[in-house]
Amino acid sequence: MMKLDTVEIATNSPEQKQPYNELGLKDDEYARIKEILGRRPTSSELAMYSVMWSEHCSYKSSKIHLKQFGEKAVKSDALLVGIGENAGVVDIGQGYAVTFKIESHNHPSFIEPYQGAATGVGGIVRDILTMGARPIAVMDPLRFGLADAPDTRRVLPGVVAGIGGYGNCLGLPNIGGEIVFDETYAGNPLVNALCVGVMKHSDIKLAKAAGAGNLVVLYGAKTGGDGIGGVSVLASETFGSAGPAKRPSVQVGDPFAEKVLIECSLEIFAEDLVVGIQDLGGAGLSCATSELASAGTGGMQVYLERVPLRDDSLTPEEILMSESQERMCAIVEPTKINRFLAICKKWDVSATVIGEVTDGDRLRITWNNELIVEVPPRTVAHEGPVYNRPIQKPDYQDRIVSEKVSVPLPTDLDEIRSAILKLISSPNIADKSWVTSQYDKYVQGNTVLAQPEDSGLLRIDEVTHLGVAVSTDANARWSYLDPYEGAKLALAESCRNIATTGAKPLAVTNCLNFGSPEDAGVMWQFSETVRGLADACLELGLPITGGNVSFYNQTGAVAILPTPIIGVLGVIQDVRARTPMGFTKAGMDIYLLGREEFTLTGSEWAYLHNQRGGAAPRADLNHEARLVEVLLAGQELFNSAHDLSMGGLAASIVEAILKNGVGASIELSSTSEALFSETPGRVLVAIDPKNADALAKLSNSKTINCKKIGVTGGSELNINNAIKISIADLSKSHTEVFPKLFGNSERANRISA
Amino acid sequence: MAKIIVEVMLKDEILDPQGQAVSAAMVRLGFNFVTGVRQGKRFEISTASTPTSDQVKEIEKAAETLLANTVIENFTVRVEG
Amino acid sequence: MKIGVVTFPGSLDDRDAARAIERAGGQAVSLWHNSDDLKEVSAVVLPGGFSYGDYLRCGAIASFAPIMQSIVIAANHGFPVLGICNGFQILCESHLLPGALTRNHELHFLCRDQKLRIENNNSVWTSGFKSNQEILIPLKNGEGSYQCDDAVLATLEGENRVIARYIGEDPNGSRNLIAGISNERGNVVGLMPHPEHAIESLTGPSDDGLTFFTSILHSLVGR
Repeated sequence: MMKLDTVEIATNSPEQKQPYNELGLKDDEYARIKEILGRRPTSSELAMYSVMWSEHCSYKSSKIHLKQFGEKAVKSDALLVGIGENAGVVDIGQGYAVTFKIESHNHPSFIEPYQGAATGVGGIVRDILTMGARPIAVMDPLRFGLADAPDTRRVLPGVVAGIGGYGNCLGLPNIGGEIVFDETYAGNPLVNALCVGVMKHSDIKLAKAAGAGNLVVLYGAKTGGDGIGGVSVLASETFGSAGPAKRPSVQVGDPFAEKVLIECSLEIFAEDLVVGIQDLGGAGLSCATSELASAGTGGMQVYLERVPLRDDSLTPEEILMSESQERMCAIVEPTKINRFLAICKKWDVSATVIGEVTDGDRLRITWNNELIVEVPPRTVAHEGPVYNRPIQKPDYQDRIVSEKVSVPLPTDLDEIRSAILKLISSPNIADKSWVTSQYDKYVQGNTVLAQPEDSGLLRIDEVTHLGVAVSTDANARWSYLDPYEGAKLALAESCRNIATTGAKPLAVTNCLNFGSPEDAGVMWQFSETVRGLADACLELGLPITGGNVSFYNQTGAVAILPTPIIGVLGVIQDVRARTPMGFTKAGMDIYLLGREEFTLTGSEWAYLHNQRGGAAPRADLNHEARLVEVLLAGQELFNSAHDLSMGGLAASIVEAILKNGVGASIELSSTSEALFSETPGRVLVAIDPKNADALAKLSNSKTINCKKIGVTGGSELNINNAIKISIADLSKSHTEVFPKLFGNSERANRISA
Repeated sequence: MAKIIVEVMLKDEILDPQGQAVSAAMVRLGFNFVTGVRQGKRFEISTASTPTSDQVKEIEKAAETLLANTVIENFTVRVEG
Repeated sequence: MKIGVVTFPGSLDDRDAARAIERAGGQAVSLWHNSDDLKEVSAVVLPGGFSYGDYLRCGAIASFAPIMQSIVIAANHGFPVLGICNGFQILCESHLLPGALTRNHELHFLCRDQKLRIENNNSVWTSGFKSNQEILIPLKNGEGSYQCDDAVLATLEGENRVIARYIGEDPNGSRNLIAGISNERGNVVGLMPHPEHAIESLTGPSDDGLTFFTSILHSLVGR
């Protein structure tokens, strides 16, 4: 028989041993909980504190650093809702507000790639919905182990099928993202998911439980034992050794339930039926109730036995911890509850009043009239431990930075030709259509640009043509060599990608993926990254709207490369004026904007020769800002514009050629250096020759180097009239890689079946 | 001719959206007594003759590595005919 | 002219279909799966998506929805119906069209711009196309492989009921590269690719898809 641990029992049995270590709490953390409560916690309280004080929920190792994002931030009128809510909200004009956020679902995607990636999409979409916004697009920055490693053939197809399977079913266009391979991601794939949503200013919703007497409503899917593997230690204690069925640590997503939940919620929002709202993600009800209550006056009563269950054997502790997907928690005034429930009924969504907002400052949870939780909610949600973990530059750092990059550069014509084909068929550069064609990019009918374009571009208003652009970027190789500069360079690249499509960068989000925070070297990478990103945002005048930290991406002593994924949102006044990446017609002049320097450090060419060392380039944000100004001011001049990043000019020009099958002839001195250098802050543009003077004048006025390197046209890439590669050969090398690597993965077929 | 039957079902504790949708549809169509549906997969594997116990063990291995995803699914293997 | 767009739980392209109807000059009327009321519309579009999650078979559960009962009766009396993607699957499950849509031969979801040839421009939904006109519209589905038995295939071909055919490499394993078919009377058309995503070149690969919607409006006015 189950033994219910109540507040009364806890008060009367201070000496009872509790498995707090097994739940991940340290001795001093447990002592602090006892101090807060003035007694030992009940098992339900222990469950709540342990999950809410976990690294994932409490940001206990990162908080102290992340403060900089607020402290250094520029004051921006565009920021309507800042860090701390489910997602930041940005004013894009005309009464529209846009919200966007990235989250990681790395570890679940390694265990069960399909479901891990699927529920990652589901979670970030609910975060956006919770702000009151209609989700309008998703994108997915991904990192995997080496492309030809057997485990990558298990993980990648499953992740891609999961993202598509869930996102496609929600009716959200997938408009961008990246895929990068590196051996450090073997065993630690990164599956980050970004969602964008739009609303009118007046529709912004907050996670807040205010007004005594208002009702707490749980709606959406029933609660099952998903994702509570860790808490089974409590169950085994209360159940004795016989124990309940094993609890799954894998959460299974139901995209159909989420789609219905979205439509149902938007109808509820449109009738202004909620005071506050919170989605249930990590830490489930523990998180939702404690966060809602602490954002209000603090008082809330929850009758836990009312929670509709998929599995009747769940204990109260497990119900509080369950991470069952597709659930939301709303605060509703009593006069509006009938209408709220009627809309849920229309959509066949289960909705249950599980409690009410109360006077006072305690979150009280009862189970069949027995009090099992009585806590100050802020101590659960926001006043968790904060660690100032040791930081130390790794021993190897100075050594790798001082390494000289020594990579053979091709010299004769045949070598250069083969080198280009080798580069564009490297999995990091190769065409990703095998992946992106599994994502719906058309649904909702507002996608103006999608992958492989530099940024995803969406129409927001069909009459005024207002639109937004979103891009995500990271260069982990540079971050490995210099995390401070790496973060700045990633932000610069993301802004450049926004500007090449013709949009103005407006706001920044991030997902910081790192190894273990208990490793002082990793903490050094992390702290340098945060410092770099905060400084760069300050210099570029962009606010950070929120973010996510993912630690423990590490196998044994090997951590992943520091991978700060930086997302930038831009606004474009008229989407019809957007600039595409590909050459559109023959007879255009091709220019290279930006500095002519030679940088092989951290380049794909160096990586292909197993060289990771060298000094990372320094970010020149003033130059980047001027380049962005040229791109925006010159928008009408550009037939196409494409960022130079991984793979340098060689990769960029091939991509621009292959997009529409329009060739190019270029003239280069120091051909190899020019082709394979990855100097940051460069863009390849094509203009009508009659606009040459206008471009020269514009780039001069912003002191941006601008050099004509060739013309578009023909059916080949022609370099110096000596190296000629047909579009057919370029296309074959570029496109055959992914189908060959992943096309016949039996496991992928099985998992998505 | 003989057949080895492999049936793959989601583990009891794992959410089965397919089964739920079918269950709801059955109730809507008037099969009111239905309280739940779980949906699984059945594989019929043909062999030339009655499989040896080693061969059945081989198929169990195949089920574990290929046919089922043991992170979320259980399977059973039996010989028919 | 009023054209209905049915929303099932899990419908995704209903708002896109409504936009296409309005762009073509019609009035889009939203119809709800759980009602049998056709609201006096003159034609209906069953949009793409994953109705009821498409968990049993695509379109299977939707075919039992109350609105489908009204649509089946009306369609059998000549009422124009266009089923796009999931709508095509629902029309097959409702037996308004023969055959079935099965898993793509490559076994995963495929979204790409697809060339089609309009094989029959006599239907109310394709009358605005030139004979054998080639068009480019998005294709996006996981289960778009059109299958039927030899007799049905012979009938479809013999009666000129193949509305559109894929050009080039077969994207999903459909028999005879079939992208769309009609019923015997020509009023019910099922199409796997998505014309509602190709009504302007800004957001689609072309504006070729708009002709499906202008066709029906012209046909209805002409009556």
